[in-house]
Amino acid sequence: MKKDIILAGVGGQGILSIATVVGEAALTEGLYLKQAEVHGISQRGGDVQSNLRISSEPICSDLIPKGGADLIISLEPMEALRYVSYLKPDGWIVTSNAPFVNIPNYPDMEELNKHLAAVKNHVALDVETLAKEAGAPSQAANMVLLGAAIPMLGIDHDKMIAGVRRVFARKGEAIVESNVAAVEAGYKNGIKL
Amino acid sequence: MKHLLLGDEAIAQGAIDAGLSGVYAYPGTPSTEITEYIQMREAKRPEGQAPIFCKWAANEKTAMEAALGMSYMGKRALVCMKHVGMNVCMDAFMAGSITGANGGLVVVAADDPSMHSSQNEQDSRFYAKFAMIPCFEPSNQQEAYDMVQEAFELSEKIHYPILLRVTTRMAHSRAVVETRENTPKQNTMKMPDNVKHFILLPAFAKGNYAELVAAQDSFVTLSNESSHNCYVKGSNPKKAIIATGIAYNYLMENYRPEMGYSILKVSQYPLPVALIDQMVKDGTEEVMVIEEGQPVVEELIRGLVPSTVKVIGRLTGALPRMGELSPDCVRAALGLEALPTREADTLVVNRPPALCQGCGHRDMYSALNEVLKEYKNPRVFGDIGCYTLGALPPYQALHATLEMGASVTMAKGAADAGQHPSIGVIGDSTFTHSGMTGLLDCVNSKSNVVIIISDNLTTGMTGGQDSAGTGRLEAICTGLGVEPEHLRVVVPLPKNMEEIKQVLREEIDYNGTSVVIARRECIQTLKRHLKAAKK
Repeated sequence: MKKDIILAGVGGQGILSIATVVGEAALTEGLYLKQAEVHGISQRGGDVQSNLRISSEPICSDLIPKGGADLIISLEPMEALRYVSYLKPDGWIVTSNAPFVNIPNYPDMEELNKHLAAVKNHVALDVETLAKEAGAPSQAANMVLLGAAIPMLGIDHDKMIAGVRRVFARKGEAIVESNVAAVEAGYKNGIKL
Repeated sequence: MKHLLLGDEAIAQGAIDAGLSGVYAYPGTPSTEITEYIQMREAKRPEGQAPIFCKWAANEKTAMEAALGMSYMGKRALVCMKHVGMNVCMDAFMAGSITGANGGLVVVAADDPSMHSSQNEQDSRFYAKFAMIPCFEPSNQQEAYDMVQEAFELSEKIHYPILLRVTTRMAHSRAVVETRENTPKQNTMKMPDNVKHFILLPAFAKGNYAELVAAQDSFVTLSNESSHNCYVKGSNPKKAIIATGIAYNYLMENYRPEMGYSILKVSQYPLPVALIDQMVKDGTEEVMVIEEGQPVVEELIRGLVPSTVKVIGRLTGALPRMGELSPDCVRAALGLEALPTREADTLVVNRPPALCQGCGHRDMYSALNEVLKEYKNPRVFGDIGCYTLGALPPYQALHATLEMGASVTMAKGAADAGQHPSIGVIGDSTFTHSGMTGLLDCVNSKSNVVIIISDNLTTGMTGGQDSAGTGRLEAICTGLGVEPEHLRVVVPLPKNMEEIKQVLREEIDYNGTSVVIARRECIQTLKRHLKAAKK
């Protein structure tokens, strides 16, 4: 098993919390993992990404080659498209459909959606609404995306849920349950293989 | 036990487990997390375990000197910085190679090729060669963890500091690291056997330097025998590849057994000459050097192999001359076709970083830009920090930004040349790092400058670490001789705009050295503080 995943978003959106849960689950499963993060200047509202590689065999490069990613998980639709050249021809995009507009020249949404639709394997979700409907705060939106991506993560649903429980355990039962609910909401509306 | 650690965290944990007594550092991407991790662990230190000194230093030079002091006393010290921090501490670093170390002394330089968060991509391996000391360059997080322990032991064995060089992708990439299960044991205090070794009067220094020169062959032997340097003869040894540090990963990502090239992995310097000789003896006709950063090894290797052996790499165009390596450029260098993929999407536009909404630097720049409209040809010299983003739209307020502290002294030099208004903009942490001495120069020559200290009470860009002068900036400025009536303090908020503008106007019109402190807490640390207070 080997999965190469690009996590994308805008600095401050919290893409790394998705990586934390996947990392926790992967470590428990005894899998190899490498995760290259972006720290520093671009965290101030710029585009950010993280390369997450999970494998049952040792991993060499910390970075994913172009055309090597199985999956792009993005908290922002334009940011998902920024990395399409890294996606395998049959790779998946799982993204929030809510644009984060902090630049004057943000592209036309209709055009953007067309480009997204041109990627055959894609799931675009209103993650904040799904989180709210699941009874979770809007900060759990990234957990909705995580849930939607589960079938492509190489770690099965129950083990991922257990990972969520462990990561949020110190924040109390209520927060654990709302994040689990957010993951389940994403799973229901997410990738169907 | 297995942990998921950043390269920086692996170094930190390795140092703790090796019996570290003190870490000395100034924050700088991509090195910051080393010290932060030690601070986090120190906050949870089990009772009975010896404390580790881990407070931030004012700059890299004070950090290096304090570490030399700890090493002098026989204890293990770690110094951490980003690559350009090495320039700041260079006087102490070079002296440290002549004094040598008593307690283990490991210097971590975190280089930033591709300049993700930096002003250049200088390669710190040059500095190890310059100082003639051994350098370690781990290729993965586990090796980084293991190497720190070895570096401390080696430093104490050979009595010299060791440079540990990492790059962004090692520092900021997480992997599973297996740590030792031991209770760290720190060294007890023990003076150097020969105190003269630490007195660099020319008469003593000459002897020390001769020892360092004489030790060079033994450092090469250490490299030849190092378990981190590894030569494997290929089935097609006419072609060989030297891959250093993290570059080895990009090679192995793309290497296919049928290629049959000989491979030399280098993670300890000086270069392992015996392994290179063996590679040549095995019939190498062409050697490709794959290294992260500048072509350090590629240049050195030309003096180590016969002229009949072709050397290729970044200098010959086999690999990009600048920027960090990627699995893609190494793949191309190996002659492999690119993987099938899509074209980059044409709709996607750049999303440059920006100052946070509600940030005090914003209000400071708004006021400054408004006031400067009243003057002909104003010049504003910026500095290193979040406020450097004031050079970008919407403010475009800066006319120069070089390195830590240059705002103050460049404004002075420009004023000396006849420029008016000549403004320096510097953050509080950068001011105490490298701006204070420049301000003293301004005061001494009564230079006609306005120095704006945009004080957000923290080291913001690197994530909100303590700032060395918090609460004492006025005292520092008046202590340096700034006239109290020309030391002004404003609160950068939209409602104070008219007042700030008036203060700036008055100080620009004053023919002498003025300091305007624009003080408001960083919006990010404020959020954190409010959240903590709620709990």
